[in-house]
Amino acid sequence: MKNNNLKGWLYLLPAILFLGAFLVYPLIDVLIYSFEESFNFASQSSTGIGGFNYSYVLHDPYFLKALRNTFILVAVTVPLSTMIALFISVALSSVKKLRELFQTVYFLPYVTNTLAVGLVFMILFKQTPYSDGLINVILGVFGMSPVDFIGGPYWAKMLVLCVYTVWIVMPFKILILTGSLASVDNTYYNAAKVDGTSRFRVFRRITLPMISPTLFYLIITGFIGAFKAYSDAVALFGTQLNAAEMNTIVGYIYDMLYGSSGGYPSYASAAAIILFCIVLTITCINLLVSKKHVHYS
Amino acid sequence: MKVTLQNVTKKYPSRNKKQPSEVIAVKDFSLEIEDGALIGLLGPSGCGKSTTLNLLSGLQKPTEGRIFFGEDDVTDLPAENRGVGLVFQNYALYPHLTVKQNITFPLENRRGKDKLTRKQMDEMALETARLVQIDQLMDRKPSELSGGQQQRVAIARALVKKPRILLLDEPLSNLDARLRLQTREEIRRIQRSTGVTTVFVTHDQDEAMSISDLIVVMKDGVVHQIGKPQEVYDQPADLFVAKFLGTPPINMFDGNVRDGVLYIGEQAVQRQLSLPDGKVDVAIRPEGFTVNNSGAFTCDLDRIEVMGRDISIVSTHPDSLGECIRSIVSADSIKELSGAKVSFDLKPSKVHIFEKDSGKRLY
Amino acid sequence: MDFDKIEKTARYKRRALNTLIYVFLGIWALIVLFPFYWMVLTSLKSYGSYNAEWIPKLFTLDLTLENYFSAFTAVPLAKYFLNTVIFTLGTTALMLAVTVLAAFAFSRLEFRGKNLAFTLFLSLMMIPGELVVITNYVTATNLELRNTFTGLILPSVASVFYIYLLKENFSQIPDELYYAAKVDGTGDLKYLFKVMIPICKPTIITVTILKVIECWNSYVWPRLVTDEQAYFLVSNGIQEIRENGFGRDNIPAMMAAVVVISVPLIILFLIFRRRIMAGVARGGMKG
Repeated sequence: MKNNNLKGWLYLLPAILFLGAFLVYPLIDVLIYSFEESFNFASQSSTGIGGFNYSYVLHDPYFLKALRNTFILVAVTVPLSTMIALFISVALSSVKKLRELFQTVYFLPYVTNTLAVGLVFMILFKQTPYSDGLINVILGVFGMSPVDFIGGPYWAKMLVLCVYTVWIVMPFKILILTGSLASVDNTYYNAAKVDGTSRFRVFRRITLPMISPTLFYLIITGFIGAFKAYSDAVALFGTQLNAAEMNTIVGYIYDMLYGSSGGYPSYASAAAIILFCIVLTITCINLLVSKKHVHYS
Repeated sequence: MKVTLQNVTKKYPSRNKKQPSEVIAVKDFSLEIEDGALIGLLGPSGCGKSTTLNLLSGLQKPTEGRIFFGEDDVTDLPAENRGVGLVFQNYALYPHLTVKQNITFPLENRRGKDKLTRKQMDEMALETARLVQIDQLMDRKPSELSGGQQQRVAIARALVKKPRILLLDEPLSNLDARLRLQTREEIRRIQRSTGVTTVFVTHDQDEAMSISDLIVVMKDGVVHQIGKPQEVYDQPADLFVAKFLGTPPINMFDGNVRDGVLYIGEQAVQRQLSLPDGKVDVAIRPEGFTVNNSGAFTCDLDRIEVMGRDISIVSTHPDSLGECIRSIVSADSIKELSGAKVSFDLKPSKVHIFEKDSGKRLY
Repeated sequence: MDFDKIEKTARYKRRALNTLIYVFLGIWALIVLFPFYWMVLTSLKSYGSYNAEWIPKLFTLDLTLENYFSAFTAVPLAKYFLNTVIFTLGTTALMLAVTVLAAFAFSRLEFRGKNLAFTLFLSLMMIPGELVVITNYVTATNLELRNTFTGLILPSVASVFYIYLLKENFSQIPDELYYAAKVDGTGDLKYLFKVMIPICKPTIITVTILKVIECWNSYVWPRLVTDEQAYFLVSNGIQEIRENGFGRDNIPAMMAAVVVISVPLIILFLIFRRRIMAGVARGGMKG
């Protein structure tokens, strides 16, 4: 038996080592960092313990801008992407022909490199001295004057970021939602049909409640994912996100750590923990709200 | 509502791509259902009875033939406009709605001049719930109900909209044995008190026999017999019906008709038949035997199973087509049994003779 | 009731709705596919003709492969590629070893503290990567692991989710098989490799593919831990190309690089389509 105990832990050892060194230890350490004031990277020493790092971060205009950007991104993309994904999934579930082809196509963005495709989006939206870019040409057809979506006004840049984010998160949501829709027992629909229920009412009264746990799962993961947005912004606007006014909270963390304004792991830690708290709060609010509206069978 | 099916056929395209032949689920089905009747569609699984039910409900459309509700041709009418009540095998109660919400669900679909007020809906729901005796459970969720209660809710939901016909798909298959007996009486009672024309599907002959006004025996999409339960049992149209109905199953023998006398082996078991000579299949119901030591039909006694009021005699015969012959006789007969042989008299009404190839009943 | 009319309107409505649905689905397919089309099309236009298009042409037959040539010569794309392959293979192989052993311990072995350990493992799933990356960066810097494959690979190895996924799958193998093997004198490791792994091959393949995708697309950690081009992965490479390579405006050449980077994963996806989608549906998440 004793031998068995040892053996069990021996098999776990590699996992424990990796997880301990790169997940558990850093978690504790980041908390410590965030409270160590004026931490010096070179000498690995600090002047004391306190909340200064948090106060610095919370008063840093770059952080506040990143915070604002992230909140806008979350508020726009999560409801929008979930809603479009729901529409698409419902449409997809109601047809038979070409369904698999559509599903495959819709999933493509998931397996592509965010940075690489972001570059394509950039050239589609960018206005250069040589061309207004395809999107501007299309908008021009509708009588709109060209805008530089990549280097121009704030709202234009935010718009592109939102569009790209929605495009990127859609495959996951469509996949999960079509799976969930397919798992609704067909006899419910037959029962409703025999009772002469309109399509809209079937959707609202049967489909929606039945898939509500999935929908809720997507909203929560969507919130978490959107709060951590970073590489999408880098893909569109380059690594100098502060200069582009398009920084996100995670971008701010990495900038503090490394890059042109880097070298401040304490500030990065404080910012990371603030982000973690925001995500936690939002998730808790979500959970509370869902208790009322989500049907768990 | 009188319901008429006229030469209804349903074909499915073959799933097997190499053999593009069609699968025929229902073939040339004609039936006239009197207003207020309770009809049982009976047959082994895959016989097309569920398809027939779906054709009646409008969830599926027949490939050929017409369906009438009263004088209206509803063949191409979609399910939502047919006004049928359908109770599904697994009940299909909406799990997120309460019993009351489930029952009012069909009523809320009404639009325009048929639109009901909340109060009217509640009244109708309560009335129907009383009918099926679930008015105490209105605020529960389906998951908090027993199987039998769920069944009643499903029936209430089907009845609340005053359907033109009521369809039940294997209504008792998800209930345990005790509830089954109780519920089938209940279905009969509800059907009687509402007077709605009802069609139900089952693979269980007891279920069909006990409550139907008329049963329809089907196999492989073909209707084998339509008739009153006792009629179908006593005068099976063919070999399949004879074999399918009755527990214990009917006993089968190779037989021979010579000069108007039926022989099993060399034993003349029945006389004065107006049948041509030739080989036949003989089927004898278990209750068609009476023990008589000087009887015409002698078998090798295997064992006796005591069941209380009756006894079951298990015997063998060289010309039997089954493994053994099972006869149910009165317990008094046990006194007459001795030795390795048993002799029977046969009740003529319980002996059926079938044509060898077609399976058609000759007598 | 006018039945004919009801039938007709029902049929008409159904047909109209169906058409509408297909149009809608088609539009979304177009939105998804268009960037890919644009990327390939642009990569095949010559530098001169691309810049001469004030209104970009949606289609042209005047195609050239010169951009692909310059993608591999003007910038060290091949090097980025090789780095990514090394990183992906190294990380995935280590991850598999660690994951299989841990999943085996959790599903098959009985030892004290197992349940507690498993619960702790599961709770680790909730730790956001953004938190730990900070310390990992400091650690890597202190251990002088920056700009090394060791520094790139090690922190990327462990994944609680895959351990969980595999453990669930291992647990489905009936106990009898294990006891039968024990009676025949099969050791634990041999049982793991000869019985469990072959039976759970589909899940292991799924986990492997998901990890490969994750590695191929990873950007944040490689960006932090490498600043020498010799150790750049494709994601950093793309960023580098965009900011410094080709002369900033050589968009066709950039697109050629993007195509080259995207193609391996798209091929992988088309081969293992069902497996990848099923795996992701079971709880994979991007980022």
